[in-house]
Amino acid sequence: MTKLPPFQTLLDEHAADVMGVLRGAVGRTDAEDCFQETFLAALRAYPRLDNSENLRGWLLTIAHRKAIDHHRAKGRKPIPMAEPPEVPIEDPEPFDGELWAAVGALPPKQQAAVALRYGSDLPHAEIAAALGCTPEAARRSLHEGLKRLRKELA
Amino acid sequence: MKAALQRFAESAEAEGLLDVAYATLDSPFGPLLLAATPRGLVRVNLPNQDPEQALEELAARVSPRVLEAPARLDETRRELDLYFAGKLTEFDLPIDWALARGFRGKVQRAINRIPYGQTRTYTEMARKAGNERAVRAAGTACGTNPIPIVVPCHRVLRSGGGLGGYGGGLPMKEALLELEGVL
Repeated sequence: MTKLPPFQTLLDEHAADVMGVLRGAVGRTDAEDCFQETFLAALRAYPRLDNSENLRGWLLTIAHRKAIDHHRAKGRKPIPMAEPPEVPIEDPEPFDGELWAAVGALPPKQQAAVALRYGSDLPHAEIAAALGCTPEAARRSLHEGLKRLRKELA
Repeated sequence: MKAALQRFAESAEAEGLLDVAYATLDSPFGPLLLAATPRGLVRVNLPNQDPEQALEELAARVSPRVLEAPARLDETRRELDLYFAGKLTEFDLPIDWALARGFRGKVQRAINRIPYGQTRTYTEMARKAGNERAVRAAGTACGTNPIPIVVPCHRVLRSGGGLGGYGGGLPMKEALLELEGVL
């Protein structure tokens, strides 16, 4: 077993990536809450972690689960009957809304694979670690996701 | 991102997950790293000591749940500022002795009772800790004091009147003794 570094190191090195992945997976508005849930879950489990070799992959796995939980919870919410009011969204950074909306509409595995590859620039092996699948399956999810995106956005 | 990180530190504290909070303080000698558990101040790292190593030691010996969260150190920083300004002679801070174990811990607790502006010898500290002959061990206990300044190991000198050593370097020991009007 390798020694666990101070938890602050995980924030310093990976917080931006986790936020990036979550923005890709659930959108900017909800990413903040998922970010908090991800790091609180990680902090809770941290002292019992027996392998500190791939902390980034571990964090991204938790982030991915939180994103899936988020989508499930959203799916269970009752469908609003009236038209929702239009609320302006403050969005100071350049952001391709149409593209990420399309990413957000992909099935969970494809969505996560695309977000991890292009939101966080992860190689296939790390995407596989984060999704808990083989690199081959990660590559397939990414491929399927991209194929669907090209069709949607064509 | 800064707001998200601050919110996270606050939630961690609220949920009882913040085992070790740390902050830095700009002192007249350079930056001090201060760390506290929910029980109290556990570590003061002097300017010439490696702060990363101090944090790694805290992670290994106290808990890996170590976060930069200055709020818990507010009172410590306030009292240290006053001390450096010569306006405070006695710290009123809860202390966590987690890093002060065994004979060294006994010596360090005895050091904590030396009043402002007074000095003791390594021999006296060895006696107070229950073993008068362990003078060298008492010296080591001063050198490995996890909470210098607040636990005033700079007030321990050699029997002949020599300054002895100091983890933060001898000039700092001299300056602290001057501040307290001893030198």
